[in-house]
Parts: sequence; structure tokens; C-alpha cells
Amino acid sequence: MKDGMETQTPLTRMLDVLCPWYIVVDGNGCIHRAGKSVLKLTEGRPLVGTPLGDFLDLRRPKAVKGMDGLLANRGRKLHFVTRAAPHTELKGVIASLPDGALPGVENCAVLSLAFGISVMDAVNDYALSGTDFAVTDLTVEMLYLIEAKTAVMQELHHLNTRLESAKIEAEERALTDTLTGLGNRRALRIATTQLKTRGNGFAMMHIDLDHFKAVNDTFGHAAGDAVLLQVSDRLRAATRPEDTVVRQGGDEFTLLLPGVMEHSAVSTLAERLVHEIEKPVVFGDQDLHVSASIGISITCDIADADVEVMMEEADTALYVVKEQGRHGYRIYTPEMGRMDGNETAA
Amino acid sequence: MHGLMNRAVERFARDTYGDAFWTSVTDEAGLAFTTFEAMLPYERDITDRVVNALANGLGKRREEVLEDIGTYLVASPKTDGLRRLLRFGGTDFVEFLNSLDELPARVRLAVPDLPMPQLEMREEDAETFSLVIRPQTGTEGLFGPVFLGLLRAMADDYGALVFLDSNPASSGADVIDVRLLDIDFAEARAFELGVQTG
Repeated sequence: MKDGMETQTPLTRMLDVLCPWYIVVDGNGCIHRAGKSVLKLTEGRPLVGTPLGDFLDLRRPKAVKGMDGLLANRGRKLHFVTRAAPHTELKGVIASLPDGALPGVENCAVLSLAFGISVMDAVNDYALSGTDFAVTDLTVEMLYLIEAKTAVMQELHHLNTRLESAKIEAEERALTDTLTGLGNRRALRIATTQLKTRGNGFAMMHIDLDHFKAVNDTFGHAAGDAVLLQVSDRLRAATRPEDTVVRQGGDEFTLLLPGVMEHSAVSTLAERLVHEIEKPVVFGDQDLHVSASIGISITCDIADADVEVMMEEADTALYVVKEQGRHGYRIYTPEMGRMDGNETAA
Repeated sequence: MHGLMNRAVERFARDTYGDAFWTSVTDEAGLAFTTFEAMLPYERDITDRVVNALANGLGKRREEVLEDIGTYLVASPKTDGLRRLLRFGGTDFVEFLNSLDELPARVRLAVPDLPMPQLEMREEDAETFSLVIRPQTGTEGLFGPVFLGLLRAMADDYGALVFLDSNPASSGADVIDVRLLDIDFAEARAFELGVQTG
């Protein structure tokens, strides 16, 4: 015998149409008939003749005992969980049937069930379809809305990701370092190309802050940023308008000084810069201290002014300063080049 | 026009005819970019320019191209989202037809600024329907052919055999006549209410 076939009456036929998620319970608390949609929750296990309590666990209201207790709560919102996994949450409402409504069964009641907010999971868990819901039930509309909104949210999420990469790309194309307002690598490339075209001699300084990592690690990134901003201001103040001041990234700065080729002039400026950078940076109630190592490359003869070579020379000179205990400056000499390279420390 | 519509045209062109062809279309339409953002608004006339360039490039009439776009949007596995949203309209093709009246309201729930036309489904008898499409100002001539392609593909999706005929009606509206020959002509494509994940 198929579940429910033998118990079809005009009443249950009506319930099948109006509220397919129904269970008729008899006076003993046993299931007399279940709507075809309810049967999907049991994966084929028959319900008719079994106690309602074996199928559904009443969670709220609490301390309700037996059929009488359930009927005492008729018209109120009931919360159930299916006994079997995946323990689907259901809400329900129960109403008594008048005697004689179902021939041969006494004290019957109709329990009408719905999924509420757990509907998305239930639809997936039990592979429910549109015909499992009453025509007037808004569940399918709700599923539609969830799916449509999810699709729109995904599109917006993708848009945000693309806008973010476009922003990064635009920043790369920009000439300014966003933190300090100094020029960036790109600005440096453009400035060196211009110097080369004009045929001016110039000096290039690579400045590396000493103890910057310690400030960052001890006082946090905001303190580190404060140091970078202060150092930028001091570099700007110590240089001429025609000089190019660039933050290469991190705590590395590069200065291009057109027309500065005298060793004495370069040394004076370098000393002044180290002195300026060593002045404390006030951050809240803290005094932050960093110093500077400066490597310098000077070109007098423009035929040799290969920018790449000058960068390497300035780097080599900087490396020598670092090797010799930091905070100071060195102007590149060819002798350095010979000792440079293989034994470079980290 | 809404980016979603321009994006639909783009996906159709890229998927069907390739990226190089699409780039030539955007060039001819005078666009400074080649990718539409679904969630950004665009100038109204851009859609027209792109569709015209597309028709030129393919040597087809504009209406044919729009009809192909409608079919593509439902039938292509790459745009399964729209097919699914349309299938929520009903469990068989007739229910689906009868759900079209409320389609603009459904679309508004998800994308409030999409300029959907007003739709009216007239049921002459059990086998004869006609869909009246009244576009919003500025979207004339777009939705009629798109809906023709879309209905054709949805009939296939439900496994229904139909005869469709499109007639421009007065005052910018389009009318699509639908004759239902066999509602259970073929097996319908699968549709689960739940979203398949993974």
C-alpha cells in the first residue's frame, strides 16, 4: 500500500492543493496522512501509522507533552526539527478537525508546515521542485529573489575587484608616491631621461634610512609613516626646486641634483642630509630616531651618464656605507666597483 | 543604457564570434574600451551603436542579431543564470507564458534600474497567446526581437513545440504571436529549484 492512498478523502484532496506541506494527526499522536511534499523529507520511509514524534522533534514551545499538549498550542507558532539528518528546521501550526471530518478517525488535527528561513538548504537537501509548493506559497519567489540577488552581488563583487586593480594600475602610472607626495620610480625614470637629453651633468644620491625597521616594529606602521613623511619634508626643504626627490619604495629615497658635480658641494649636502634625518621625529609622546646611509654617484662627462650605471654606482657606494657601520655617505669611486659584488651581505 | 544589457551583447558576440571580432565591433561603434561592466550605467545610444556595428560586421539585419542574442542568453550554458531565473516563472511552458506579465516586476526586484519594457500576455485560447511588448522611451526596437529569440529558446527549454511570429504593432510596441503545437513535444531541460554549488 502506498503512503496515504487509502486515506484520500475530499478533505485531504483539498489539503493537497491548498497546503501540500500538511500532516493529519490522529488522537493518539500518530500520522494518519501526510501531503506528498512532506514525504520528500523522509526519503521514501513511510509516515502513515507512525508517531508524529518519531518524525518531528518539537523544539518550541518547550515542555509540551503528547497530543493533548500539542493541541493546547493550536493556532500558535510551533518550531520543529526533523529527527533524521540533516535535521531540517520547520515551523508549523496545528488546528483540530471537527469530529466526522475524516470518516472513522476521531480527534484528528491538521498540522501545516513551512520551512521559513531554512528554505534554501531544504530545497537543496531534498531536491524540491516548484510543484512541491502551493500556488499561493511565496517560497519559489523567495528562491528566485535569493538567486537573482546573489548573481547581482557577484557582479558587484567582480566590479569591485576590477576597480581595485584599475586603481592599482592607475597608481603605477602616476608619478607621485601616495604616502609622501614625493616623486615615485616612474618620476625618477622620466627625470633621468630628461637630464640625459638636455646633456646636463648631475649627481645621484641613494638614501637608505637606518633603524627604520626597528621604528616600524616597535612603534607600529603609523610611526613608520610619520618618519617617512618627516624625512620627505626635510629632503624637500634641503634641496632646490630643480632637484628631483623620489621615494623608491619602503625607506629608500633617491635624489637627482642637476648641475651638482663638485665633490665638495655634494659632500656638504650629504652631510647636511644625514644631520637633518638624524633629528628626532615627534610621534605622539615619542621621539623616533632614524639615521641615513647615502651612496652617491656623480657624472661630469655626459657621454658616461648611463643612468643604469649611475644607479649601480650609487648602490655600490651605499653598500660601502652600510658595511662601514651606516649613518654616513660615500661618493662612488672605481675602486669600490672592484670590491663590490660577490660578497654582498644581506 | 544599463551595463547588463550591453554586457549581454558583448558576451554573445565574444562567445559566438570570438574576441577579435568583438574588438572590431567596438572599434566600429567608436568605443574607447572593449569590455562593458554589467553594473555600470552607459549612455543610451551606445547599445544602438554596438548592435548596429554587430549587424554590419555579420551582414545580418539588426532584428536577426537581436533575436540571436535572445536565444543565446537562454540557450548558452555560459549564461545559465538568466535561463534559471526565467524557469522560476512556471513549471511548464504555459505557466511560464502566464508569468511574463510579472517579469518586469521580478526583474525590478533584482536590478531596479534595468529599463524593462511593459509586458502583457494575451491568452486568445488554450493554444494561442500573444505577448505585447511596450518598450520604455529610448529602448524602442530592442526588446521585441530579443524576446522572440528568448521565447524560442525557452520553449525548447521546456520541451514545448511552438510556432512564433513577430509583428510590430502601432506606437513602438511589438507583438509576438505564440501558437502552442505540443506542450510535451520533447524532454524539458533539467531545472532544480536549489542552486547547484561547486
